[in-house]
Amino acid sequence: MYFGFDNVSIAYGKRKILEHVTMEFEKGKITTIIGPNGCGKSSLLKTIPRVVTPYTGGPVYQDRPLKSYSPRELAQRIAYLPQVHTSPRDITIRTLVSYGRYPYKRFGRSMTGEDREMIDRALALTGLDNMGDRLLNNLSGGEKQRAWLAMTICQQPEILLLDEPITYLDIGYQVEVLELIRELGEKLNITIVMVLHDMNFTARYSHRVYALASGGVYAAGTPEEVISRANMEGLFSIDAQILRDEKNNCPFLIPEKLGTHSQKA
Amino acid sequence: MKTQPKTKSLRQTLPYKLTVLLLLAGLCLAATLACTAIGSVKYSLFQVVQALFREDAEARLIIWNVRLPRVLCGGLVGVCLALSGCILQGVMRNHLASPSTIGVTSGASFVGYLTLVAFPQFYSLLPVGTIVGSFVTTMLIYLLAYEKGVSPVKMILSGMAVSAMFSAFNDIIRSFFSERLANATGHLVGSLNGTVWGDLQLIFPYMLVGVCICFFLPGKMNILMLGDEMASSLGLRVERFRLFLIAVASLLAGASVAVAGLISFVGLIVPHIARLIIGSDYKYLFPASIFLGYSFIVICDTVGRVVLPVGELSVSIVLSFIGAPFFLYLLRTKETA
Repeated sequence: MYFGFDNVSIAYGKRKILEHVTMEFEKGKITTIIGPNGCGKSSLLKTIPRVVTPYTGGPVYQDRPLKSYSPRELAQRIAYLPQVHTSPRDITIRTLVSYGRYPYKRFGRSMTGEDREMIDRALALTGLDNMGDRLLNNLSGGEKQRAWLAMTICQQPEILLLDEPITYLDIGYQVEVLELIRELGEKLNITIVMVLHDMNFTARYSHRVYALASGGVYAAGTPEEVISRANMEGLFSIDAQILRDEKNNCPFLIPEKLGTHSQKA
Repeated sequence: MKTQPKTKSLRQTLPYKLTVLLLLAGLCLAATLACTAIGSVKYSLFQVVQALFREDAEARLIIWNVRLPRVLCGGLVGVCLALSGCILQGVMRNHLASPSTIGVTSGASFVGYLTLVAFPQFYSLLPVGTIVGSFVTTMLIYLLAYEKGVSPVKMILSGMAVSAMFSAFNDIIRSFFSERLANATGHLVGSLNGTVWGDLQLIFPYMLVGVCICFFLPGKMNILMLGDEMASSLGLRVERFRLFLIAVASLLAGASVAVAGLISFVGLIVPHIARLIIGSDYKYLFPASIFLGYSFIVICDTVGRVVLPVGELSVSIVLSFIGAPFFLYLLRTKETA
């Protein structure tokens, strides 16, 4: 397996969150994990930076369990952006992005020319060139998210994990950030795994979708296969009308409260 | 809310930061000389310098044997406490953390008393005892206050409780073993009165080790400030590093308690002022805290020495006058997270 989860079970204390979850992510593609609140999507993702420790199985990279790699080796290959970011208040974009070079830092050595090159490239790729000296705290939500993405890009990852990357953004920035994520994935051939709550964006931006519910994988496949009326009812207890977005060539969903459709019909 | 500048200001440029550090280093030197000169008997700067280099100078006795050890020792205590506070605020990711606010120094003095009672003949064991005491207390507070990160309220409350408990223990020990502690009462009570060169020897090695370690920490500290998840995915072994930091902070706080006892607020105020003038990058924050911590205690102790017409105020009283209002001000502002 190139990258994925093998038989992962997670529990908080005695409460079991996930049991025997296996997922495989295709190289260079975008995979989105969906599911109801509290189904364990974020916890699953957090097993990769070892914030959450599963009690069976674990993430796998290049056919080897992730824990057989050193944290530094992993950080040079897999980048992770949590849902909530914290940073000092007086940090500039360039400083933040430079922290992405930490996995490449040699003991006692300062930044190399290559480091600076990678920082400039990351800023350019995220459309933040000439903004390096701006303070992170004074940016708009979309710009902030771009700065954090630039930091992860600076890690030169093969794999990028994003935990609800658009949750706190308005719809304008949501589109902007998702377009950027897709563009980065294509340009740099990065495998992207993200957690999203919005079904329409999931349908539009993912190559593959995994749906998690009641402790395990509920459905998996292309957006067309997973975002179906039956699955939406099973996952979210909604009656979903599935239409087709011809322009973006993907399914499009209108949610209704369960029961309302059948009554009208 | 004040409007913040959109881009980085002059204050974030390298020349500014280096200039500030140079000025702060100058402040240390100036404070050392001035505070050695000031006192019940006043000397000129010339007399001070003369007394430092000539053993037969008339001011030699007071300056070399009394004032200089006290000034230097106070300075080193300041360095230790400021660095310890700086590290603890990073570990707890909380600006209200400091060796005194979370009870670390009272834990240190408790074990310090125990050491003195158990091994009265081995005075040099005292710092070992205080360091062990601060490490255990810091771990205790950290575990008590931890729930998905350190909760500020829990941290302060458990700090208060632990601190009260240890001072009760201290009172008990003091009353039961008063004769064994007779020659140690000058220590562990928050004063620099009667400091001799021996005290300096006691604290210096520990301080030196702590300060040297701090020079290797900034890169990792900065990464830690991005949160556990981010730091961990950048390849930092977060839990191991945090444990290491707690050990270093305890070493520094413990060493200071061994010679000066409970000195509050330095570890809280100095990192804040340092952050205000030089920013939150630990590469500059650590040296700025070292210089400021040194000058702050030296100046406050001198104020305490000369402010009363007769007798003197201990440095911890002077610090409390400045520190307590500052702490309340910090509590009021919302920047605790």
